[in-house]
Amino acid sequence: MTPPSFSPTGIRFENIDKRYGGLYALRRVSLEIAAGECVVFAGRNGSGKTTLLRIAARLARPSGGSVSFVNSRAEKVETLLPAGFVAHATMVYDELTAEENLLLFARLQGIAEPAERAAKLLREVGLEERRKSLVRTFSRGMRQRVAIARALLNQPAVLLLDEPATGLDPQGVNWFAETIRGLRDSGRTILMSLHGESEVSNLATRAIQLDSGSVVADTRTGANFRSILSFAGA
Amino acid sequence: MALLSNTAVLLGKELRTEFRSRELLTTTTVFVLIVIVLFSFSFDPTSAESRRFGAGLLWLAFLFAASLMLQPCFLREQTSDTLSALRLSVSDPFAIFLAKLVANTLFLLLTELMLLPVFAVMYNVPVLATLHWLILVFFLGSLGVSIAGTALSAISAQARMRELLLPLLLLPLLTPILVASTEVTAALFGGSPYVQWKGLGFLAVFDVAFLTTLWLLGEYLLEE
Amino acid sequence: MKKSVLSAVVVLLLLGAAAYGSFFIAPTDAKQGLIYRILFLHVPSAWTGLTAFFISFVANLLYVWRRQPRWDWLGVSAAEVGLAFTTVVLITGPIWAHPVWGIWWTWSPRLTSTFVLWLLYVSYLLLRTLIEEPDRRALLSALFGIFAFIDVPLVFGSIRWWRDQHPTPVVMGEPGSGLDPLMYRVLFLSWFAMLGLMTLLLRQRYRLESMRGDIETIQRELEAA
Repeated sequence: MTPPSFSPTGIRFENIDKRYGGLYALRRVSLEIAAGECVVFAGRNGSGKTTLLRIAARLARPSGGSVSFVNSRAEKVETLLPAGFVAHATMVYDELTAEENLLLFARLQGIAEPAERAAKLLREVGLEERRKSLVRTFSRGMRQRVAIARALLNQPAVLLLDEPATGLDPQGVNWFAETIRGLRDSGRTILMSLHGESEVSNLATRAIQLDSGSVVADTRTGANFRSILSFAGA
Repeated sequence: MALLSNTAVLLGKELRTEFRSRELLTTTTVFVLIVIVLFSFSFDPTSAESRRFGAGLLWLAFLFAASLMLQPCFLREQTSDTLSALRLSVSDPFAIFLAKLVANTLFLLLTELMLLPVFAVMYNVPVLATLHWLILVFFLGSLGVSIAGTALSAISAQARMRELLLPLLLLPLLTPILVASTEVTAALFGGSPYVQWKGLGFLAVFDVAFLTTLWLLGEYLLEE
Repeated sequence: MKKSVLSAVVVLLLLGAAAYGSFFIAPTDAKQGLIYRILFLHVPSAWTGLTAFFISFVANLLYVWRRQPRWDWLGVSAAEVGLAFTTVVLITGPIWAHPVWGIWWTWSPRLTSTFVLWLLYVSYLLLRTLIEEPDRRALLSALFGIFAFIDVPLVFGSIRWWRDQHPTPVVMGEPGSGLDPLMYRVLFLSWFAMLGLMTLLLRQRYRLESMRGDIETIQRELEAA
């Protein structure tokens, strides 16, 4: 793999609150994710995993506290590159082709030579042959590949994955795990929320369990990796 | 400037999507046509009064059509959560609004210009001599409708009963456009060689006021 | 408790004074007789309604900026109070018009603009009923409220300039319709009294809304647990 063209970046959550009219989706969450860590978040539905990831992606604003990016020396950085975000929704346009979608987002992000970049990513996710097909005609697995390609357009140092493997067949999960492994090994920081144990969750170097908006277990503070994951989706 | 280039790219996407399916244009055009025909059953379209009423009916038809055409504007960004993708990719969220309102203005204007000859024939109204003025008032009026409609569409997309809600919110808000545009258009239909600058100026003021407000409030409309 | 009773008494006295002024101090109108005195209810209600909507507008701006629930409470309270006064305008209009001119609705600029204003703020309240999550509801309705108020001068302007062609009954309180100076004094007294009433209603409604907000918060916490 080509040497990373990003600088390793971690995330710092400081006293994050997220309220929805009196209901706390997240309650005083403080976490330090070091550059290059691969973290899996586990927890029941509604435990706050999605909210935390969306706040990290800067899609949602915390009601209290702050989230910032830190470099490998744990100093805050004002990174201009946003994180790559993949969710259950594909976040690509059904009415456009795979190629058009990537070109659109590449241009919006001001990426140099957008056409080349889009083509390269389509090759890497194995969609080169279908690049001129409308996303509407794609299977779920293929849509996720477009989504990953979209997230990787600006070579982000941080990847946020919100239950991205749901709906994928075993082959799809396999491909996904391999892709994430490659991204992890290249030094990217990865945060993912998953339902249950799988090939993908086993790639993580750290597991954190959320319950009702608070951190209840963290392998960094001695909790057991397996037992955290088995609470997921319970 | 990033805002302009982002707007241009997004505008390209909006136009490409629409011209591929043409679903907004066709349904809107047919709807205005239906309204124009139905209106003709409400009174005698061949009488001299039709020239006075005609302008009002035409703009009413445009407004009704617009309030339906603008509904999918932000709703269609919800199906695959592409709105989040846009928010992650653009530097200034106003680009999203700017692109959509320019596209919507274009679509409305296209519909209006396609139906003008039909209307002129059915209601026996002379339009060729004042065509350039008509295009100008159609443009300024449609721009105002688009600006307000795009903004409100972002609001109604987040509420229940969104299909009924957008017309409910939008139509009272657009009263000034209806009044001013009708005045200018009626004068032109009536054969006046001069255009009412006061009316055009008023429409421009409306457009500027709402565009500025949208520019200031845009990011909050998309907030999560 | 004492303070609110005192202020209620003061407002009542003011309203009484205004009513007295309307009936006994203001001179009789030669053409319209007794019924014209409804002017002192009709016009100040319009002004008070607008004042309340302006307060709602400011509250909306403050909410978008600061995100404190109290601005949302003030915004909806002021909108409702404004709507109440606006409804008075729409009702007194026909009551006045019918005995004097034989028609129920006159399409005068004020009446027409007020009707649109009424529709706008009814939409505002309707929008609020269609959003369940409180923070979302507060933000989106505040944003709509801002757009709506920006529209107000444009509505009044357009209708005044281009819908003034109907034979508007003279002395419907339109500016420049030639009112006796004594009438103006009673008019302003009436407006002052109504502002007092508006403030009272606002305070009550605000308190009600803040309690409702607290109950809603508790309810949602219970449901989540």
